[in-house]
Amino acid sequence: MIWFLLRRVGAAVVVLLALSAIVYALFYLTPGDPAVLACGRGCNAERLAQTQQKLGLDDPIYVQYWHFLEGLVVGRDYSAGPDVDHCAAPCLGYSFQTDQPVTAMLMERLPVSASLAFGAEAMALLLGVSAGLLSALRRGRPAERILTAVTLLGYSTPVFLIGLVLLLVFCAYLQWLPFPAYVSLTRNPGEWARNLVLPWLALALIQAAVYARITRAGALETLVEDHVRTFRAYGLRERQVIGRHALRGALAPLVTLTAVEVAQVMTAAVLTETMFGLPGVGKLTVESVNSVDLPVVVGVTVLAGTVVVLANTVADLLHAAADPRARPA
Amino acid sequence: MAGLATVVLMVAVALAAPLLCAIEGQDPTTFHSDLLDSARGGVPHGSFGGVSADHWLGVEPATGRDVFARVVHGARVSLGVALGATVLELLVGIAVGLGAGFGGRRADAVLSRLIELSLAFPSFLLALALMAIVPQSMPRPLLLACVITAVSWGNVARVTRSQALSLRRRDYVDAARMSGARPSRIAVREVLPGLTAPLLVLAALKVPLNMVSEAGLSFLGAGVRPPTPSWGQMLSTATTWFRADPTYVIVPGGLLFLTLLACTVLAEGVRRAMDPRWGGRS
Amino acid sequence: MSAVLRVRDLRVSYGGFEAVKGVSFDLAPGRALGVVGESGSGKSTLAASLLRLTEGADVTGEITVAGTDVRTAPEPELRRLRGGRIAMVFQDPLSSLDPYLRVGDQIAEVYRVHTGASRKAARAKAVEVLDRVGVPDAERRARAHPHEFSGGMRQRALIAMALALEPRVLVADEPTTALDVTVQAQILALLTDLRAETGMALLLVSHDFGVIAGSADEVLVLHGGEAVEHGPVSEVLREPKASYTRELLAAVPRIDSPRPARPARRGEPLLRVTDLRRDFVSGPPLRRRTIPAVDGVTFDVRRGETLGVVGESGSGKSTLARLVVRLLEPTSGKIEFDGHDLSGMPERRLRRLRRDLQMVFQDPGSSLNPRRPVGESVADPLRVQGEPAPAKAARALLARVGLDPARYDDHPHEFSGGQRQRIGIARALALRPRLLVCDEPVTALDVSTQAAILTLLADLQDELDLTLIFVSHDLAVVRQVSDRVAVMRDGRIVELADTDTVFDSPAHAYTRSLLKAVPVLDPAAVRGP
Repeated sequence: MIWFLLRRVGAAVVVLLALSAIVYALFYLTPGDPAVLACGRGCNAERLAQTQQKLGLDDPIYVQYWHFLEGLVVGRDYSAGPDVDHCAAPCLGYSFQTDQPVTAMLMERLPVSASLAFGAEAMALLLGVSAGLLSALRRGRPAERILTAVTLLGYSTPVFLIGLVLLLVFCAYLQWLPFPAYVSLTRNPGEWARNLVLPWLALALIQAAVYARITRAGALETLVEDHVRTFRAYGLRERQVIGRHALRGALAPLVTLTAVEVAQVMTAAVLTETMFGLPGVGKLTVESVNSVDLPVVVGVTVLAGTVVVLANTVADLLHAAADPRARPA
Repeated sequence: MAGLATVVLMVAVALAAPLLCAIEGQDPTTFHSDLLDSARGGVPHGSFGGVSADHWLGVEPATGRDVFARVVHGARVSLGVALGATVLELLVGIAVGLGAGFGGRRADAVLSRLIELSLAFPSFLLALALMAIVPQSMPRPLLLACVITAVSWGNVARVTRSQALSLRRRDYVDAARMSGARPSRIAVREVLPGLTAPLLVLAALKVPLNMVSEAGLSFLGAGVRPPTPSWGQMLSTATTWFRADPTYVIVPGGLLFLTLLACTVLAEGVRRAMDPRWGGRS
Repeated sequence: MSAVLRVRDLRVSYGGFEAVKGVSFDLAPGRALGVVGESGSGKSTLAASLLRLTEGADVTGEITVAGTDVRTAPEPELRRLRGGRIAMVFQDPLSSLDPYLRVGDQIAEVYRVHTGASRKAARAKAVEVLDRVGVPDAERRARAHPHEFSGGMRQRALIAMALALEPRVLVADEPTTALDVTVQAQILALLTDLRAETGMALLLVSHDFGVIAGSADEVLVLHGGEAVEHGPVSEVLREPKASYTRELLAAVPRIDSPRPARPARRGEPLLRVTDLRRDFVSGPPLRRRTIPAVDGVTFDVRRGETLGVVGESGSGKSTLARLVVRLLEPTSGKIEFDGHDLSGMPERRLRRLRRDLQMVFQDPGSSLNPRRPVGESVADPLRVQGEPAPAKAARALLARVGLDPARYDDHPHEFSGGQRQRIGIARALALRPRLLVCDEPVTALDVSTQAAILTLLADLQDELDLTLIFVSHDLAVVRQVSDRVAVMRDGRIVELADTDTVFDSPAHAYTRSLLKAVPVLDPAAVRGP
């Protein structure tokens, strides 16, 4: 087990390294001089040279990347002449636009995105799994057909469309809910939730459709498996058969799927944050992309990649814990 | 069947966009500020977002451009990018997947890692970031298709590879080898026909997914640039106007929704037709 | 003694299709009834209906288990009945246990549901019954998961689950079909012992007359859903009354009767295999292990003869078959075919030699491309080797193996298993090979289809002067077709001799144990009632 764990973590680190290298190279080798971008408005030749030296942009790309990694692990110093800026690990550099450290910017915005993603994910799993199970167990009845139709709708609607409709209905017409504005959980939990209900719902509806589909397929598959028949033949109640012997098999694929869906959730979160004006990492991404703020873009992509790889690694380990057959001997 | 009809209709609309606009007598880029109520911040005069005999679906708030003309031209961008990206993804994905499936152990090791890497990445974020740094001189729709392809070919490659590997182990492939057939003949005669079904299903699913990507990118302002219209971009402007002018949300939103629904239904239909359990075969 | 299981005019139909058509029988405590039939005879449906496991089916007639009417029993009564009075053991022990839970816990769970025993008592009971069915170190093995059990051990665990509840009737649906012959013999012996010890009645369903003959008192022959014959096993074997029973018995390959004598083959061997080895590598890096699937095998095959290769699962016989025709690369050793050394020959040169070396595969379902017309599959080798008029020749081949040449354009799924295997043989013969390797060619087929395919192969061998390597796990089939027999175990040939020598006076202990395990159809050998 230990060996398996180490191998999984090792593989994750390799993937992350490759990822960061590609992203870094992609963004710093593109047309358009990063130094010009970093120097900003009112740039002159002297300041340009200074910026270039400070950020180490005249070094070869692999040296720059090495410094970048170094910054991530142990922190790094930016020096131009006498003044030295120390950027503590994990250092992702400074924003071209605001000169703030990127790490701090990300940390500031992370709670918003985390609130959105975890809340929506919990809602989606609850909705999706129950809908999927229900439609599998009520096979051939009207409930199944309605659920299938709803899932299909959820499947084919982009999150910003759902968001707009929700806004139209709940904010504009019914006026039940405020137009979302982020309130920190620690400051006022009630308001936090009230403001996040619509974004959660928008994000959750789409994910729920995916989960419902997989749950349904998994349940239908396990319900006809031989071992389910065995327990039926030994006089267990249908409820016991499903609860103890079918559910586990039906839900096992969800573990892996939830991890794979993390990337999808991120996509949807970017759109949701922009749509509802929530100051999360997603919105930061859009802003930094539109203003070509390279350190922030690289920071966000590396962060996103890390989350995805972590999620997949955790899912693999969970899968091994849940399914004895996947455990290495 | 209804799915197929809707998709065909949408493609027809997109192809006939200039013709349809000529019939209406409007074009997608002319401003009609005379139709806007400047006192209310630029909301169109009249009910339902300024619907009239001249402007069948009303005009845009703030600019007064004709919504019908923009919507039908937007269909070209949305469908064009989605289809283009799907075709490109299939090309790249099948090439890489077959390379991994047939190229021997070492090629498989390298290409598999590459596929995993591409799947590990939150593709939409990368697409978003890429759109910021791509050359600005190329036509945006083409760029969009390329960028979407660049971040999402991995799925096609993975399916191709695993199918190729599983088909290669079938007894009938061994039987073909026993007859002395060359690997190329085996790949084309015995393996490729088995690949078409799953790939067709995947492609059918990819079209709506790519459409969502395009709409999303345009929604965030990273897609096509004004004055070129696209449904996602129209929805983006609509966010700020949803209280004052709901028609402007409903038209592009409804179209996008309908088209996506049709594509998904169609994909589902393709899947069922290809699934041997439903009695279909190709 | 009065019957513990009583079935009268049982009819089971799905939709409009009647799978069981009016079957009646009684089963007394401690007795065993064998139900034998080919696929589609309705035997599994019959077994399932006894526990009302036939979902969506229309069941009429009478089924009484220990005084309870199964057909009309209310749900709670039915649950007590299932397992408690009538328990079932299924065919595939691999999938019949929940892969996520420990074996002991699964048995304990069923026991608790029925008896309301405490967790601790149920666990103790699970260990006790596992021990009783011969699972070694039951205390420890009860905590293992199903995938850590071998096939035979899993089947024992399922029997233990049934045993825990002390049912009056045990229904076993093909309980040994997925198992090796030696394991099969152990499981059958266990069932017989338990029957004698606990007085439970046994309903044993099988496609294999031999299995029934050794383990049942009475036999019921099912054909197309009807009971065509019913009587004591020894009587039915000695004097079958129904013509179907006679045909079925005639088709069963007999291990106890030698094959009709053929002139002995002498002279130069066509194939000579020397110290052939094939390793498979498995396991994670750093702990990679090399497992020899074929471990230094030496033999030769003479022109025109049939060499039978027999062994249990994992013996390396299929790997050997694939090595001989170079579908697998040998790790080391020599394969000399008609003077050419095939081992290490580059694929390019091998291609021309392929026409002399052909193979018939086990599963006729997967050896034909489902997306291509069968005629094309047969014509393909001819086309590849540049023969003239491949389509015409393919039609002639289809006719030769007993199929209508007009069905050239049909797809594999439109044919039955036996017909598909005929197509597979036609394809293998298209190039007029000199050596034909058959890897379990009749394993997936019913007994009567099996007999027809074996006859076809024998005819073709004489007609085309073929040399055959016939790989099978079925000793009776091998005895019927082979001139000489090689017995494989753990990648090695433990015995190689003339067929009669191997079967009548085996030299190796393993061969003897294999032969002893094979169920026999001899009425004299049938256990007395």
